[in-house]
Amino acid sequence: MSNIGSYEDRLKNFAWSIAEDELDYKSGEIINIGWYCSDRICQKGKADKIALYYEGFEGNEKKFTFNDVRLASNTIGAFLKNLGLKNEDRVCLFMDRIPELYFAFLAVLKIGAVVQPLFSAFGDESLFVRLDNAQTRAIITQNKHLSKIRKIREKLPNLEFIIVVDQVRTKKTENREIGFSLEDTPPVEKFTIFPTKAESPSVLHYTSGTTGQPKGVKHVHYSLISQYLTTKWVLDLRDDDIYWCTADPGWVTGTSYGIIGPWSLGVTQCVLDSGFSAPAWYKFIEKYKVTMWYSAPTAIRSLMKAGDEVVKNYNLSSLRHLASVGEPLNSEAVIWSERIFGKQFHDTFWQTETGSIMITNYPGMKIKPGSMGKPFPGITGAIVDSKTFEPILETGKVGLIAFKPGWPAMMRTYWNNNEKYREKFVNGWYLSGDKATIDSDGYFWFIGRDDDVINTAGHLVSPFEVESALLEHPAVGESAVVAKPDEVNMEVVKAFITLKPGFTASSDLELEIMNFIRKKLSSLAMPQEIEYMDNLPKTRSGKIMRRVLHAREWGEEIGDISTLEND
Amino acid sequence: MDEKNLIEMKDLVLNYIIKEYIDEDEEKITYDTALISSGYVDSFSMVSLLVFLENKFKIKIPSSKATPEAFNTVNKIVDLVNQYIK
Repeated sequence: MSNIGSYEDRLKNFAWSIAEDELDYKSGEIINIGWYCSDRICQKGKADKIALYYEGFEGNEKKFTFNDVRLASNTIGAFLKNLGLKNEDRVCLFMDRIPELYFAFLAVLKIGAVVQPLFSAFGDESLFVRLDNAQTRAIITQNKHLSKIRKIREKLPNLEFIIVVDQVRTKKTENREIGFSLEDTPPVEKFTIFPTKAESPSVLHYTSGTTGQPKGVKHVHYSLISQYLTTKWVLDLRDDDIYWCTADPGWVTGTSYGIIGPWSLGVTQCVLDSGFSAPAWYKFIEKYKVTMWYSAPTAIRSLMKAGDEVVKNYNLSSLRHLASVGEPLNSEAVIWSERIFGKQFHDTFWQTETGSIMITNYPGMKIKPGSMGKPFPGITGAIVDSKTFEPILETGKVGLIAFKPGWPAMMRTYWNNNEKYREKFVNGWYLSGDKATIDSDGYFWFIGRDDDVINTAGHLVSPFEVESALLEHPAVGESAVVAKPDEVNMEVVKAFITLKPGFTASSDLELEIMNFIRKKLSSLAMPQEIEYMDNLPKTRSGKIMRRVLHAREWGEEIGDISTLEND
Repeated sequence: MDEKNLIEMKDLVLNYIIKEYIDEDEEKITYDTALISSGYVDSFSMVSLLVFLENKFKIKIPSSKATPEAFNTVNKIVDLVNQYIK
């Protein structure tokens, strides 16, 4: 029997107080995610239980009990507090998936500060705009990422502390840099946790939109209620599970379900800090006897591409439940996983803004391969008309995925951009920006984005951000960026550019521009293909018509081009 | 290919990788350093590395051969490139 039991029964009898009661939380009292994920688990008698199995790319292994996690987060918390960092300060985590990242996440929350995790592959420009927007006061990082911070720190007057977790033994510190070694610091047994309340800010994740700079999605400590219950009912985590979430905590999956969900339930999790390879992943599952695996369609498609033979070299019989997030899970991947693992991947749909799973396939519920599933109990989800914003009752008709606001993990605002936040709510609905249909059984079916944002391997990339960065390259005159279909990543970034006089199109220049964007923004944002054009399609008023290029890439009808200036 | 040319080729690839993908202060990178599994070069960046190899050696490597395993070390990359140099 799964944790959720009967989905229909849960719908009838649902209240978020189920999670509040299980977490012993009462409205108006203190709620601190850092405490819930470490101290409380120890108080429940699981201090000696393994919280984290860690394996680095060089094969170095470490393991930590919940008491180790409690002490480590206390110790880092005390260090941050001694620096003068306080509640509501923004503290960025800019690290690979090393243990300190997970402990620091809880530590920042324990002092009442706002944790701002950023993907460590971001280039200096991507890093700068996010630190600048959040007015971040401290960043915790590693030696290997320090050069990117050094390039931008003079432009960041609010950034007072650059804490380097592996610097003590290897390097001299420079301006504003402080070395910190968890191993060399005496553990702090008793630590006074800041008394955060339900609406106290907790996590600030950045997400990209079609226009403008990335937006900081502000979450609060009360998000725990959604994250705890969805982890229990959707990911079906149980006390004896060994859980592996493959997401990086630089993205919301890696924190909501890579830290908060499993640890608030006191479940053991594994982390593999290594690039993707099919044999390495299968070996990891076999070695740690992973029972619940939460991954992404891109990874699943990469495993499919690696072939069926490689799986046969490993014993993966420990796997009990599989789920997927980040992009729509194609039916072929669901069917493949059933054939190979004897289990189907369960698609989950949610966003940085929603903070927790919204529409999903539940353990025990019939999966229709390719479908998103049904809304989580307590979530009112609908398909609304894109003009009237009224729910569409007709099955099979495309509309916008929308939710009634008010679930615990819903974002509270976009940082310093409340206007954009308000735009997300129309006619009493939160608009996700994604399109879908509903069938006669109430299953949702994903159609695509309602805007130009590119979803590459489950990560959103803003075409505007890439176009702007392209224009900073000396050879680029104009740029337009669209999604290009990709077998593994679903979409990748493709750029169309015109060159300034004096520059000649060549594959060497293409490579130079690719690397320029990769270093400035990130490898995700790097165009996987650049096409040189004499002119970009524009309206008569001079606006670049991205949709014409998008339609060409996807083999779709171009639609109305009456405003097109040139062919 | 004689030993001297092979070493030159490996150094060319190694120096490019250090220049483009690895922090100048990073520890010593060798012909056998894991590049992909270490995260120095991720799957998206592999595309630019592939373009570099194709441009530099005037070859075309099929995408089916450009796997994380084949790109994981300089030695493996050079082995792959040599299969396509006429």
